[in-house]
Amino acid sequence: MIINHPILGPRDSQEFTYLGDASLIDRPDWQADNAADQFCDYLYLRDNPAGAHRELWFHEQGDRSWLVVTRNTVTHEILNVELARDVARARGRSK
Amino acid sequence: MRYSGLKVIKEALTGHKGWRPTWRDPEPKKSYDVVIIGGGGHGLATAYYLAKNHGITNVAVIEKGWIGGGNVGRNTTIIRSNYLLDGNEPFYELSLKLWEGLEQDFNYNAMVSQRGILNLVHTDAQRDAARRRGNAMILNGSDAELLDTDGVRAMYPFLNFNNARFPIKGGLLHRRGGTVRHDAVAWGYARGADLRGVDIIQNCEVTGFKIENGKCLGVETTKGFIGANKVASCVAGSSSRVMEKAGMRLPIESHVLQAFVSEGLKPVLDGVITFGAGHFYCSQSDKGGLVFGGDLDMYNSYAQRGNLPVVEDVMEGGMALIPALGRVRMLRSWGGIMDMSMDGSPFIDKTHVDGLYFNGGWCYGGFKATPASGWCYAHLLATDTPHKVATAYRLDRFRRGCMIDEKGQGAQPNLH
Repeated sequence: MIINHPILGPRDSQEFTYLGDASLIDRPDWQADNAADQFCDYLYLRDNPAGAHRELWFHEQGDRSWLVVTRNTVTHEILNVELARDVARARGRSK
Repeated sequence: MRYSGLKVIKEALTGHKGWRPTWRDPEPKKSYDVVIIGGGGHGLATAYYLAKNHGITNVAVIEKGWIGGGNVGRNTTIIRSNYLLDGNEPFYELSLKLWEGLEQDFNYNAMVSQRGILNLVHTDAQRDAARRRGNAMILNGSDAELLDTDGVRAMYPFLNFNNARFPIKGGLLHRRGGTVRHDAVAWGYARGADLRGVDIIQNCEVTGFKIENGKCLGVETTKGFIGANKVASCVAGSSSRVMEKAGMRLPIESHVLQAFVSEGLKPVLDGVITFGAGHFYCSQSDKGGLVFGGDLDMYNSYAQRGNLPVVEDVMEGGMALIPALGRVRMLRSWGGIMDMSMDGSPFIDKTHVDGLYFNGGWCYGGFKATPASGWCYAHLLATDTPHKVATAYRLDRFRRGCMIDEKGQGAQPNLH
């Protein structure tokens, strides 16, 4: 698989390590009343779709940036690549 | 029709005209006591033991493709009982004991071959871990022997003992482990279940569940609605896709694992060798092909095929361990989809929906578990209580903090 890095251009997926579903960006509020339930779901439950899947890849052998890659889990086709930093900021995170 | 040596001779003398189809091909009835989703090894074993152990024969196994076409036909056929933790080892030991009597039990030649499994160690720390694991196995009624370098050399003199990175310092030998003809497991269970009245319905995909007031009343399928008192999902690899139709999110990711077969060779390898440090394991099939595999591709996938970097990684692992492999030509490779759970251990449990049961999360250990999985799932379906060796396989164990994490990796499914 070739991942089209937003800054570095097309890179071999072997340069990256894989973490998992990009929902891991959305860490729950630890002060919420149901924080324990929210964290349990956040840590352990996954949508695991067959089809488009937004996921976190780390460019370990490159610029060490985190990317949000949208990839089809049935065909392995990569549909979109974004910097995780931009995705997090767009969701209101400070970094 | 019972199979026997006498029957083979009789058929040979009469032109093989007496063989009959091994199972029927029925249309689904309007309703059943139990509908099992998934005609793989585990689903067919569940149906077999429901009928045989509990006398529940008004059962259908529905399969979207053909039986045995999923992971029971895509694995590397290894059976073993060499787990460490109390939540796991009694279950896998039951499974191995069932394998030992399986062929006589269901009157089908599954070619169970207890040829021994050797886990190699390369450091003092690994030797300590192997000793601890071996003791845990023995405490749970399994068998284990710790070999030193000479012990391994006597068994497999052709290994590379002086690899600079991973010199072989010994191994943990599990003599009762081995291999099985995997397709025959599906066929044997299918035949045994069918003979007892279970309907095996192929080319019938589940498209939804009918759930009213918190109770599951049956399944919608491509062959129409099928009612059921109890619905049992048993579709490891596709668990999230199926259970999503019942509104469930699971502690599971689907990952692809590749396996490989070489051209046929004369007998060179009489057991199973695992080289965990190099992400490689190998055995030789009765046809002569070397059967081997390695690591996951590491990313979520439903593709039943992997990519080339892992092919290269597995071949490098093989060459590091067995330099003679360099002369061997690869014949085939394939991928199977694993339910990778959050702690590396499976589930056999009820769900929050009354009458809906779940079996899955087998990671890459589903094949060896087939008999015990069917045995324990049938027990749960028949009695509504977990079998005593499967009490830890609950869906809520993460919430309770009772994970069964053999490798201590935490909630990162691709590392288990």
